[in-house]
Amino acid sequence: MRIALEARREASRAAIVLAPVLATLATLAVGFVVFEALGKDPIAAFHAFFIQPVATRYGVGELLLKASPLMLIATGLAVGYRANVWNIGAEGQLTLGAIAGGGLALAAGDARVPSALLLPAMIVAGALCGMAWAAISAWLRTRFNASEILTSLMLVYVANLLLSWLIHGPWRDPDGYNFPQSKQFTDAALLPNLLSGTRLNAGLLIALAVVAMAWLFIRRSVWGFEMRVAGLAPSAAAYAGISSKRNVWLGMLAGGACAGIAGVNEAAGPIGQLLPSMSPGYGFAAIIVAFVGRLHPAGIVFASLLMSLLYLGGESAQVNLALPSAVTGLFQGTLLFFLLAADVLVNYRLRVVGARPATP
Amino acid sequence: MSAAALAPDVQARPRLSLRGITRAYPGVVANDRIDLDVLPGEIHAVLGENGAGKSTLMKIIYGIVKPDAGTMQWEGEAVRIASPAQARRLGLAMVFQHFSLFETLTVAENISLALDAAEAGPGLPAKIRDVSRRYGLTLDPARLVHAMSIGERQRVEIVRCLLQAPRVLIMDEPTSVLTPQAVLRLFDTLRQLADEGCSILYISHKLDEIRALCHRATVLRAGRVTGECDPRRETTATLARMMIGAELPHPRHRPPVAGAPALVIDGLDLRSDDPFGTTLRSISLTVCAGEIVGIAGVSGNGQRELLTALSGERRVARRDAIVLCGTAAGRLGAAQRRSLGLAFVPEERLGRGAVPEMSLAENALLTARHRGLVWHGLIRADAARSRAAEIIASWSVKAAGPGAAARSLSGGNLQKFIVGREILQGPRVLIAAQPTWGVDVGASAQIRQALIDLRDAGVAVLVVSEELEELIEICDRLAVIAQGQLSPARPVVETNAEELGLLMAGSAAMPEPTAARGRA
Repeated sequence: MRIALEARREASRAAIVLAPVLATLATLAVGFVVFEALGKDPIAAFHAFFIQPVATRYGVGELLLKASPLMLIATGLAVGYRANVWNIGAEGQLTLGAIAGGGLALAAGDARVPSALLLPAMIVAGALCGMAWAAISAWLRTRFNASEILTSLMLVYVANLLLSWLIHGPWRDPDGYNFPQSKQFTDAALLPNLLSGTRLNAGLLIALAVVAMAWLFIRRSVWGFEMRVAGLAPSAAAYAGISSKRNVWLGMLAGGACAGIAGVNEAAGPIGQLLPSMSPGYGFAAIIVAFVGRLHPAGIVFASLLMSLLYLGGESAQVNLALPSAVTGLFQGTLLFFLLAADVLVNYRLRVVGARPATP
Repeated sequence: MSAAALAPDVQARPRLSLRGITRAYPGVVANDRIDLDVLPGEIHAVLGENGAGKSTLMKIIYGIVKPDAGTMQWEGEAVRIASPAQARRLGLAMVFQHFSLFETLTVAENISLALDAAEAGPGLPAKIRDVSRRYGLTLDPARLVHAMSIGERQRVEIVRCLLQAPRVLIMDEPTSVLTPQAVLRLFDTLRQLADEGCSILYISHKLDEIRALCHRATVLRAGRVTGECDPRRETTATLARMMIGAELPHPRHRPPVAGAPALVIDGLDLRSDDPFGTTLRSISLTVCAGEIVGIAGVSGNGQRELLTALSGERRVARRDAIVLCGTAAGRLGAAQRRSLGLAFVPEERLGRGAVPEMSLAENALLTARHRGLVWHGLIRADAARSRAAEIIASWSVKAAGPGAAARSLSGGNLQKFIVGREILQGPRVLIAAQPTWGVDVGASAQIRQALIDLRDAGVAVLVVSEELEELIEICDRLAVIAQGQLSPARPVVETNAEELGLLMAGSAAMPEPTAARGRA
């Protein structure tokens, strides 16, 4: 007797709901063994991971604050991923967005530009610069067939060096004791707070609005349809006369715009100035978020919350239980692994097969 | 030779005997309590439409698929065949519809891969030559496979089986890739094998072939045995009735009324982008409104390249090498050519003609993105659904509804959907590649009739097919493609299968390399 995977005729709706539950249970089981082996109380560890971070109002604010850039960037990336346009360089596009929005904030300085004018201008500038950065990869791909995976990734490092040069040089705060950082933004250039007693800001609303627009684009627009066709069946796209170049441009620009806005949100949100590093790797984590969310806008919202919780839970477990950071990383990896593995059950079912054919 | 004189002794003990073989897949019972007896030395047809369960049954016999229930007897003894290796040890051999040869290896190397180490020694080329001579299967063991035509590749597969001296040889749709002359040669080989006592299981849905070749036929329909007969005593019509459970409809023809040229190909040259592809050389053809022009040929002679150049999936350098409805279209893309009035039914249904994961409603939208289904860049989902429902209803497509995924449809039903979708766009030029390939008899007749009706409505129709009989049945003029060159199109009434077959085969024959070449 053995167990075989058998393709389902239709994706199972029950499995779509059950797969994450199953993955969570499997993760808890593995976590139980790991924490027990380390001599830590597993229950306390789970509490530190999943409950403690969101036990306070401030904690909930932090959860949503970290989830906002993740869902924003992942949504933009998913638009391209659906058409097999692999933008890996969201981190760089985020940096460019921060440079553009931050540059505008610094230029406005104390000129008393009203917030209602300055903030939208910063967001538009961030989106445009993120798109411009992504456009380099799109152009190299459509003109020279250079892999956008490589070019967008390499441009991340160029973007980081550009930011580094700016704040070590022309944009450095003259009163900053030579620290590599810009001046603090004025209040007019900061996103309004959403929840008192927390750091949560209007960036969440922007992210949710973008998610809704992305859903409309993917589900309802012809261009979104064409991108889905190109991703699912490239030959069918060629047969139907769908422009692969337009898909590359749309996919790259959507990712660039979202990452650019996320960069502005970070600069004008929790950071409030320009620093050598504007993100703890949101641009890369968003790739995982996009796939855990199955490239679906609603799924991405949940996935970004989960990812954010894992970030906070990892910190909390390190602080409260003195767990090594490698173990928190291992635990996070286990959960993502099971989540993606459980996805198999959506399109396949397990079937117990006898070793011998049945006899009448 | 008289086939009746060679009929095996009906009283003989069956060499292979199946009882109550059942195998179910999710949503369908592929084989339902099937009984089958194969006598020594008989050519036994297994006849049925696509999806009737023939392939599953053969896979069960050959040990690839395990049955859910049922028993098998080999030479009177109960056996369970757990793997193809065990099947081969018993004396079963199978020639598959799709060959599994390594293109960069020689004939002898390919064959040695399938044999035990003891047999695959240095004496193998001599053995291959010996067998191929005995059965009239000309084959040079030192040739590389990639330079061989499909018919020659099939010979490699057959010789590979014969080297094992099989007692039952299974042939799965062997003639679908052959010219008429090659089919006759294959039949001679099979008859000779049967005379020597080898049993042959011959899988096909081509009724004429079965009547000409086979001693007995078992008919399958929807997974069940619906009849057993002596095909030599039946007519094509009675066999078809057993196979599809209904009369075979005959297409109605009106005399052609050819109008103005709608598709003109003028001296088209195109290098294939596939290293093993075929380069097109000065292809010229005119298709007028109100006529059906066919392109016959063995696959791999440039059909794929020609079709992608015509559809716009590949653009050609010279603008006026392809003229569509009066517009030089050589450099236009597929979408632009569609807006000029072109519709295209491709050979591959899943993945090219339709997106497998998407619903029929979305697939209806695939090539109709600018025809009333879109409002300011947004999809009108309800319009797409009713368009799909319209196609499903008017073509009696068996599907759960407009929301069913394309991959949940059988090949024939999906083809009906694709043909229906393309025709519903009101094309001025329709190109169809292998329109009835792998489609059951009933659906084939429906598709052929639709092409004829389209012609009568004044549409220019171009059909590219390997099935010569189909082309002769529906076309007004016929051309033959061979090695990237197209013969002049001639009225069908002035030509015949033999002449066309010679055109197909004459160029299908590859230059024979000298014995020394290719030998390491």
